[in-house]
Amino acid sequence: MNYNYFNVKKVREDFPILSRKVNGKPIVYFDNAATSQTPTKVIDVISNYYLKYNANIHRGVHFLSQEATEAYENSRRIIKNHFNSKGTNEVIFTSGATHGINIVSSGYSKFLNKNDELLVSNMEHHSNIVPWQMLCESSGAKLRVIPMSSNGELIMDKFDELLSSKTKLVFLNHVSNVLGTINPIEEIIKRAHSVGAKVLIDGAQASPHIKTDLQFLDVDYYVTSAHKMCGPTGVGMLYGKKDLLNNLPPFQGGGEMISEVTFDKTTYADLPHKFEAGTPNISGVIAFGAAIDYLNSIGFDNISKYENELLYYGEQAIKKIDGIQIYGESSNKTPVISFNINGIHPYDIGSILDKMGIAVRTGHHCAQPIMDFYKIPGTVRASFSFYNTMEEIDLLIKGLKKAKMMLQ
Amino acid sequence: MNNIESIKDDIISEFSLFEDWMQKYEHIIELGKSIPIIELKFKVDENIIKGCQSKVWLHAELKEKKVFFSADSDAIITKGIIAILIRVFSNQEPKKILESDTKFIDQIGLKEHLSPTRANGLVSMVKQIKMYALVFNIQIN
Repeated sequence: MNYNYFNVKKVREDFPILSRKVNGKPIVYFDNAATSQTPTKVIDVISNYYLKYNANIHRGVHFLSQEATEAYENSRRIIKNHFNSKGTNEVIFTSGATHGINIVSSGYSKFLNKNDELLVSNMEHHSNIVPWQMLCESSGAKLRVIPMSSNGELIMDKFDELLSSKTKLVFLNHVSNVLGTINPIEEIIKRAHSVGAKVLIDGAQASPHIKTDLQFLDVDYYVTSAHKMCGPTGVGMLYGKKDLLNNLPPFQGGGEMISEVTFDKTTYADLPHKFEAGTPNISGVIAFGAAIDYLNSIGFDNISKYENELLYYGEQAIKKIDGIQIYGESSNKTPVISFNINGIHPYDIGSILDKMGIAVRTGHHCAQPIMDFYKIPGTVRASFSFYNTMEEIDLLIKGLKKAKMMLQ
Repeated sequence: MNNIESIKDDIISEFSLFEDWMQKYEHIIELGKSIPIIELKFKVDENIIKGCQSKVWLHAELKEKKVFFSADSDAIITKGIIAILIRVFSNQEPKKILESDTKFIDQIGLKEHLSPTRANGLVSMVKQIKMYALVFNIQIN
């Protein structure tokens, strides 16, 4: 399909992997919420780094090191501008969203005691539950859960009831990886701040679809992963307000993160280096910046407009299949459809679709509390990206009908 | 004929009749229906094989020096795959089970299920079958 604002055929040419065949069929890649595909421009940045200026960064006096350092720090500026943080030193490079959450959760153990409470949502990925459970174990603080409704939205009245002066931290995702729900984080941040609580937002599922303004949101911590945004795996961002990050103890000790080391005492480097011990994923960080540049060249307005059309088209088509149950029916969603077909295990559906070259994810999607909520073993999840097409959705529907015929 | 290798050969020639993946999968689904179903009292959490995205319950017992397996799964394809394994390994001496390999899975064109990361856990099922055989083998000798 060719829209006047968006030429998907041309966009698809940016992604060499999309012309692959799988099981003899052209691949239909609908597992974008797990990881997005990588455009040639980003792949070239990675290979170019190793071809032309592979060197360790910071403090190197030689030419290549300076070139690599400049590219690495330029990426930080790109990310700062994209997410609109106040300073570049508030952007910490991590190995991914999970790493970012762990930096904050481990640092908080010295600030909490058994009278404190932490609030988490019912629709979190395990990576935004387990680190905090570990923190509760070590600090004695209690974990409280913001419940959700059956259409997959947080119940804000219950959030208000749970929120108190005991609440020290609220953490939740910007967008649910299973349901696609875009949570009202602006409102949640405001209300949390009114009782003095800090807020960490897991933006891994939001970043590919939504341009987030960190200063506008006034969020305290925000994490994301590059590989969800057409970037490479193994790299991500932790944003934190400068004062908060200055107070947070370092996560890992090592090179790069020090100011001065003697055997009596070590003083830590300033932000952001305090949290970037060891040699980082240099090519990954540089490619992360390139991926963001790429997404901005497509334009987030175009991305969300087109993806909303894909979502609407997909939902309407899927709903026509007999016995379908969709999980996550918020009116404010990213292009994710989680579903089951009556009496068929999601694993069976995924296996049949795979034989037809269609990649979806099946299972609990690392969010078992959501599965417990709906009392299901898992779902099939089709997650779209701006390089997907309506024709591919037609193939999915055809595949589902075939799977249903075979399995029922 | 009831020895492991000849059963494998039977399965290989059976699957060679199918021309495409769809017929193959339809056959697997069909085989799942003939599985010796695990008794309810054995369909408990401790008999669930870990490493499968779908639930697989496997039970084994020794009768006259031979191992008999029964199983169930909440996913149809997984059930078919474990039915194939049971057809091969059930009613066999533990020693024979331990000596046998699973190359026939590859030969019947289900290679993708042998990957250790595959969510259906075929590798875990085989491991569990061999564990039972190992224990029974020690008991006998």
